[in-house]
Amino acid sequence: MSSHRGVLGAALLIIVIAGMNGCAAMSVHPWDRDLLAEKKMKLVPSPTERAIDDHIYFSKEGSTGGQGVGGGGCGCN
Amino acid sequence: MSVIAEAAPRPRVAPTFRLPGISSPVASDSLAGKVVLIDFWASWCEPCRKSFPWMSDLQKRRAAEGLVIVAINLDKERDKADAFLDQHPAPFLVAFDPEGKTAEAYHVSGMPTSVLVGRDGTILETHIGFDPKKAGAWDAKIAEACKR
Repeated sequence: MSSHRGVLGAALLIIVIAGMNGCAAMSVHPWDRDLLAEKKMKLVPSPTERAIDDHIYFSKEGSTGGQGVGGGGCGCN
Repeated sequence: MSVIAEAAPRPRVAPTFRLPGISSPVASDSLAGKVVLIDFWASWCEPCRKSFPWMSDLQKRRAAEGLVIVAINLDKERDKADAFLDQHPAPFLVAFDPEGKTAEAYHVSGMPTSVLVGRDGTILETHIGFDPKKAGAWDAKIAEACKR
């Protein structure tokens, strides 16, 4: 029974470590950054919907901005 | 394991390539004995708009010294590259690599990246980005490579 647990524990440990490494080496190549900057890559692709959302946040809780993420760029800085 | 692959050293000898060009394929074999400036660019790359006129001038000035410029485009869509070339004339070799295989082989880490390859096929210098203020120093290095 205890040896089974040991094997299970080891297996779980391997899975967790593998999972932690999974995204470690993933990066966007500099020549693929144009894809990140495309309109469809935005969290909210519609500018009108974004403006309405932003207005709601501003009037309800006095917050504004933070609706987008950085994309594109030449990667040379 | 891919972490180790990413940390692989930059190549010392320029990787070979054979890519489609504007009218005929561009192959690195045909450039043996020349000083080659390989420029990786894309239509969306802002500094590339400044580097193209500079490279046109450079090609004219140093063609007699044995300099050949190869501008490798990394756009996924050829139309975008063609539109850029309509606006920014390129009187030098232009090749198209939509899959970015050469960029990977040359460890391109920013856009644009220029790689200076000596007459013996070794990589002499890699330059990332384009700043007109630093172009003079870069030109001096290219001149030096032409003298070798």
